[in-house]
Amino acid sequence: MRIAPFLISTAATAGLVFVLNSALPIGKTKTPRLGYFLSPQQGFWQNAEASNASFSGNIKLEGLKSKVDVFMDERLVPHIYAQTDLDAYYVQGFIHAKFRLWQMEFQTYVAAGRLSEIAGPERLNIDLFFRRLGMVYGAEQTMQRMEKDHVMQATVDAYTEGVNAYIKSLKPEEIPFEYKLMDYKPEAWTPLKTYLFLMYMSYDLTGSGAKQDLKMSNAKNYLGYEAFEQLFPNVQDSLDPIIPKGTPFLKPSIVPIAPKDVDSPYLNKSIYSSSVESPTTPNRNNGSNNWVVAGKKTASGRPILCNDPHLGLNLPSLWYEVQINTPTHNTYGASFPGSPAVIIGFNDSIAWGVTNAGRDVLDYYEVQFKDTSMQEYWYNGEWKKAELRLETIKVKGKPDVNEYIAMTDMGPVMYDRHYKSDTIHPQYLAVKWTATKAGTGLKTFYKLNRAKNFDDYQKAIADWSCPGQNFAFASKSGDIAIKQQGSFVARWKRQGDFIMPGIDSTYQWQGMIPESENPMIKNPERGWVSSANQKATDSTYPYYLGTSNNFPVYRGVMINKRLSVMNGITPMDMQFLQNENFDVFAEMARPVLLKNINVSKLTTTEKKYVDIMRDWNFRNEVTAQGATVFNAIWDSLENVVWEDDFKNAKSPMPWPDGSTLLDNLLKNNNYRFADNVNTTDKIETIEDDVMEAVKKASVYLEQLEKDKKLDWGIVKDTRVSHLLQLPALSRLHLPIGGGKNCVNATTSAHGPSWRMIVHMTDETEAYGVYPGGQSGNPGSKFYDNFIDSWVAGKYFKLLFLSKENATKNEKIKWHLTFTNG
Amino acid sequence: MYFMKFITAIFLTAFLAFAIGLFTTLPWWSFVITSFLVAMGIHQKSGKAFLSGFLGLFILWTLLAIIKDFSNEHILAIKVAKILPLGGSYWILIFVTGLIGGLVSGLAAISGSTARKN
Repeated sequence: MRIAPFLISTAATAGLVFVLNSALPIGKTKTPRLGYFLSPQQGFWQNAEASNASFSGNIKLEGLKSKVDVFMDERLVPHIYAQTDLDAYYVQGFIHAKFRLWQMEFQTYVAAGRLSEIAGPERLNIDLFFRRLGMVYGAEQTMQRMEKDHVMQATVDAYTEGVNAYIKSLKPEEIPFEYKLMDYKPEAWTPLKTYLFLMYMSYDLTGSGAKQDLKMSNAKNYLGYEAFEQLFPNVQDSLDPIIPKGTPFLKPSIVPIAPKDVDSPYLNKSIYSSSVESPTTPNRNNGSNNWVVAGKKTASGRPILCNDPHLGLNLPSLWYEVQINTPTHNTYGASFPGSPAVIIGFNDSIAWGVTNAGRDVLDYYEVQFKDTSMQEYWYNGEWKKAELRLETIKVKGKPDVNEYIAMTDMGPVMYDRHYKSDTIHPQYLAVKWTATKAGTGLKTFYKLNRAKNFDDYQKAIADWSCPGQNFAFASKSGDIAIKQQGSFVARWKRQGDFIMPGIDSTYQWQGMIPESENPMIKNPERGWVSSANQKATDSTYPYYLGTSNNFPVYRGVMINKRLSVMNGITPMDMQFLQNENFDVFAEMARPVLLKNINVSKLTTTEKKYVDIMRDWNFRNEVTAQGATVFNAIWDSLENVVWEDDFKNAKSPMPWPDGSTLLDNLLKNNNYRFADNVNTTDKIETIEDDVMEAVKKASVYLEQLEKDKKLDWGIVKDTRVSHLLQLPALSRLHLPIGGGKNCVNATTSAHGPSWRMIVHMTDETEAYGVYPGGQSGNPGSKFYDNFIDSWVAGKYFKLLFLSKENATKNEKIKWHLTFTNG
Repeated sequence: MYFMKFITAIFLTAFLAFAIGLFTTLPWWSFVITSFLVAMGIHQKSGKAFLSGFLGLFILWTLLAIIKDFSNEHILAIKVAKILPLGGSYWILIFVTGLIGGLVSGLAAISGSTARKN
């Protein structure tokens, strides 16, 4: 042996292996373990799915009662045929995991405040936020309640077993791509993870209050209540509510009474303030459209139901198409990887779709603790015990973080002396939120999957608590309906819009609105029902619905305007309406802008842009430069009008809603807030503001034009991003029109996440598309293969097959069988 | 004769690395052992040992990567070659894959060749 060369080469080998086996830091991120990642037998190459891969096979699953057949169609949609419901959910769990495992688990890491565990200390901020908001606590509450319901418990257990059967069957080299990239491994699925995921949806759709209530408190304190009322009103002039105006409502069974002293500390300037910035907040545009046209308005004489939920657009997609067929039901639609059953879809008898209600179900209460140990708090004249809940956050490469959260009867104490104490006053704020109050959400979908008629639909949604939704309904027998259902607080006006005192019951919720008094309409005379996140009712509804800036108003106006003049409707007409790029807000706002523009005072360039806007047809098409110009001028106008009013505010505040400004510009020639408070020698008018906005916008527009970016589609720059925000795994620069006020509510990273149209003919005729693909594997051609169709406004005809037809349908490409073993 | 030895070493290195690689619960670098043993068994000078050790893994990993990549129509390789970043080129990614396997194996082979009494 040649000692020296041997030692040197051995050390070099070991050294190189060590380096290639380590995650090396590059800037803020780390490389994968390169040797492992590139190893063709173990690493990412194993995830490169052959383009002619077969998805057929025979799989043995322990505990299956009888054989389950799964037919995969050419778009990789599974059609599951099982003899029992539990077998079907078992297999649904397996299939979800087979195609979406990484995403399913990642989403629950987010919901559970466990991102730091896989991504390191940079994500600790978000983890703390979710833990303290009560996400894990809420999921536990739901789980405990659902475990008392044997059917639901068995359903979730079967689903869980299916996911775990797949995880167990995975060979080390077969784990999804992202695990290899981030260097961790899948863990076992649990029922809690399903509830965590559903909790995340509650957060996404009702959690904005966690930030907004603080900002609104700041704004009220800063502006004073009188100005606040003008800037954040409860009315919107253009509102076309979900329940048509003039519909009578039941007498309220609860009449909430405002505290006697409400004027002084609560509504007027108070000591409450916060400069806290939440590390994350649900997208403001989270919302949706749904509508149903009755047979009298359609060409076939049968109802057509349409739904497109607007959510953050991601890869892998939130949605996964599936058909589930058992002796009890035959249902098709979009499911959530992570949860059993179909969430939005149809069966042999009915169809349903949901939009977000947008009602405020999250409030902050100030808590007074005896001392900093947070063990006792003052409530109704006595000291009450608070439990301390320990949440342990594991952090990759760092010691665990132990977080103690005081639990009061109102809810978890989100902010305390330990968490963000320097940015908030008072120091102890508890969150009261219906999402943490043990709902039975999944049961609603379970029942909808099996509903046969209007009565079944009503029973299915009656217990739905959070997030409040507008459930649209159509049946083959011809009924149409929509109901805003959820567990809603019976509020006095402005209750919960700001931080409330929590030392006694004065400001507590006085009751929940009975389900029978929630806004509902069945088979209306006008022949359609619709919702687009606008306020559910006009002001004759006896309960307070919340401040207007929670409710976008213009999509609803547009949908109803179109539907009111349409007759002999076909599914094709409905496809066009879902992709409608007409901007009704712009149609209302442009005349006010033009009226206030004095062309003689503009430069040639400024005049050119005003002309582009004037010639525009209000359509937010990809190539529409008018849309870019209009939006630039409008945004500048908001800046000019509001900036001076909010300039000296030290804490974060919301700006008034676009509808508030527009309503006032339409009504008033003199708008008090048009004046720039910083100029003492002059009182600015609306005209002054609009002119300044045009000049400011023109500078920006000139730059855009120079960069050849004046087209709306280029400025808007829609993308569908991978959940890890890696550009290489995302689809960027998609040429799609639309905007937040269009029926096609596509913005830069947000929009219609599933478009569905169901025609209730004897043989159901249904269409659907979502911006993604059935496979979560970035190495599969099914990863993003629907995106181009979605961009183009095209749909796939959904294959809704009986088992007999599935075996011979030409679009069925693969056959998977599951047997007990 | 020398040439035969050289070729045999390459072939054996590749074959044994592939075989041990089938046991995917073992670490990805398990071929270090087989490359070491091949170099010890088929004695060559350090330089040649390195080269045959290198080529054995370079060829194996490159070939395996090409088989996966071409049946995948480069979908994943192009994405990974953007993440790493290698300019989105699947050929460069395949080459880097081969290079990494080759270097580790080559060094192990030197070690094997020097481990033996002359």
